[in-house]
Amino acid sequence: MLRADDVVVEYRSKSAGPKPPAEQTGVSTEPERIAAERPALAGRGFSLAAPGLHGISLAIPGGAVFGILGPNGSGKTTLLRVLAGILQPAAGRVSLDGVDLRRIPRRAIARRMAVVPQETHLAFDYSVLEIALMGRYPHLGNFGLEGPGDVRVARDALAATGTAHLEARSFSTLSGGEKQRVVIASALAQAAGIMLLDEPTSSLDLGYQMDIGALVRDLNRTRGVTMVIATHDLNFAAGVCDELALLCDGQVMASGPAESVLTREAIAALYRVEADVARHPATGRLMVMPIRKAS
Amino acid sequence: MTTGTRDRGSEIGGTPTAYSIRRRLIVATAVFGLLALVVCLAAPLVGPTPIRLARVFDRSIPFRDNVDAQIFFIARLPRALAGALVGSALAAAGVVFQALLRNPLATPFTLGVSAGAALGAILAITFPLALSALPVPAVPLASLAGSLFAVGIVYALATARRLGLSTHVLLLAGVTLNAFFSALILFVQYFSDQSQTVRTVRWLMGDLDVATYTPILAALPLTIAAFVAFAWLPRSLNLLAVGADAAASRGVDVLHTQRLAFFSASLATGAAVSLGGPIGFVGIVVPHLVRLLVGADHRVVLPSSALFGAGFLVACDVLARTLLAPIELPVGIITAMIGGPFFLWLLVRSR
Repeated sequence: MLRADDVVVEYRSKSAGPKPPAEQTGVSTEPERIAAERPALAGRGFSLAAPGLHGISLAIPGGAVFGILGPNGSGKTTLLRVLAGILQPAAGRVSLDGVDLRRIPRRAIARRMAVVPQETHLAFDYSVLEIALMGRYPHLGNFGLEGPGDVRVARDALAATGTAHLEARSFSTLSGGEKQRVVIASALAQAAGIMLLDEPTSSLDLGYQMDIGALVRDLNRTRGVTMVIATHDLNFAAGVCDELALLCDGQVMASGPAESVLTREAIAALYRVEADVARHPATGRLMVMPIRKAS
Repeated sequence: MTTGTRDRGSEIGGTPTAYSIRRRLIVATAVFGLLALVVCLAAPLVGPTPIRLARVFDRSIPFRDNVDAQIFFIARLPRALAGALVGSALAAAGVVFQALLRNPLATPFTLGVSAGAALGAILAITFPLALSALPVPAVPLASLAGSLFAVGIVYALATARRLGLSTHVLLLAGVTLNAFFSALILFVQYFSDQSQTVRTVRWLMGDLDVATYTPILAALPLTIAAFVAFAWLPRSLNLLAVGADAAASRGVDVLHTQRLAFFSASLATGAAVSLGGPIGFVGIVVPHLVRLLVGADHRVVLPSSALFGAGFLVACDVLARTLLAPIELPVGIITAMIGGPFFLWLLVRSR
């Protein structure tokens, strides 16, 4: 098992009772709220001047699989970078368990929150195990060398993502799907309670997309990792996420449980596409079937 | 293709190979350190005039009668030490620049440090009066000042437009500055007389003929300062090589790391160039050879490259002194002749 932070355990307990969606926006900043209802990660009214996010308020409950959906250029990646603390919002704030991100040191954030970027291009040829071990950075000092414990955590993360057999391979020789899983393993080795994934399936074929979807659910269920996924793939989001936020022109259009957010009206507004939203008769999953471009 | 997210068979079934960064670090440092030591000790013994180590250290002969000791300590040892210093500084700076720019084809001279140094040196050669009042040799000092000037311009450009340090602007500004300084060098050259032109061309070739220990001692503190800064870098450079955002999300202070990398590698390059001139290709050949041998982890690559760079340049200088003896070639010609084809091979290989 991963050496789970006590934080991870906290997230699990906190996510016990789902909240009505209307109350979710910005509740994290209310100090009188009891701990059990406090979201793991919340952004309140933050805005970014240049890349265009305006008055975003979001609350991501601990233990959830949370999807951020939106068309190209709607600000998903920027939002994810703000949530990760890589970009500073011009106004407003992002809080992690009620604490302003700006007040948490870089390395302490990394122990609680891991990021899987959309694509990873290496400047040099690292092995798969070396990539996984990079997830241990926030747990070691600048001069710390990975010990057997860290190697165990990294190998465990590779095993959890089905890439243990690749550990001696050079990363650059892997296929797109293998690379994505190794990068997820590296994030997993960070032993953080929250994982932010940016378009994890954008360059993958259907089989790999299913793999990543199953992996995200599996890690969420077995390890209690809170997953935040930015994607433009409606069906992927519908199949994987419990909760969704719709992002349009840098603003949150709607957020809440997937079935209440992902509606014909929302899709028409987001993409100007007429679509059917239905449940698959066998799996019971939400499906989006685009019909025609709305005029 | 394995589809399972629960493919844990290899964890239980296969015996994973042992991974110990500590052992890799110790082995690599020991091997490359020993190599550097042997080359640096052997180099002063090699040359057109044969000398014997036993006689060099024979205390029964007074120094002014001991020709072997004089050749060893006065003619050849300073040159070997200068080679070791310059070689290790350029190789380590090459590693750091390649990681900073995320570009395996970067060299210590990519960002214009050497062009600035060259301009400084050439100004000092062409207008010797201006600096003759100073107690220290003017050319190395002017070259150091020139390199710092170039570093300042490139840094100002790379940080001017937006928050943080743009490595794209850094690269483009460096390449452009190289071209611009080359034009200025030609401009100054046009006004110099023949003897000055010969000195300029010789300086540009890159040479370790330092003659005394003084310039080595002058460059040493700067190099040591740069290497102290290097000690903080390797772990963060590994993560930067994966990407700036990925590094930040793993807890790296990206801007701080980039700044430290840029200034320390520039300082090492400036010190090395002020001592030996712009000796080419050491900063790219050595890091790549080392990576082929020890892998990509900068915690191993950086110290290994510094040690291997020392041995490599001293060995090249032995070739330069002996190949056409008694003519002593500038070592920059040798490294360029080895490095050029190597660089091309690297280009073709990375396709």
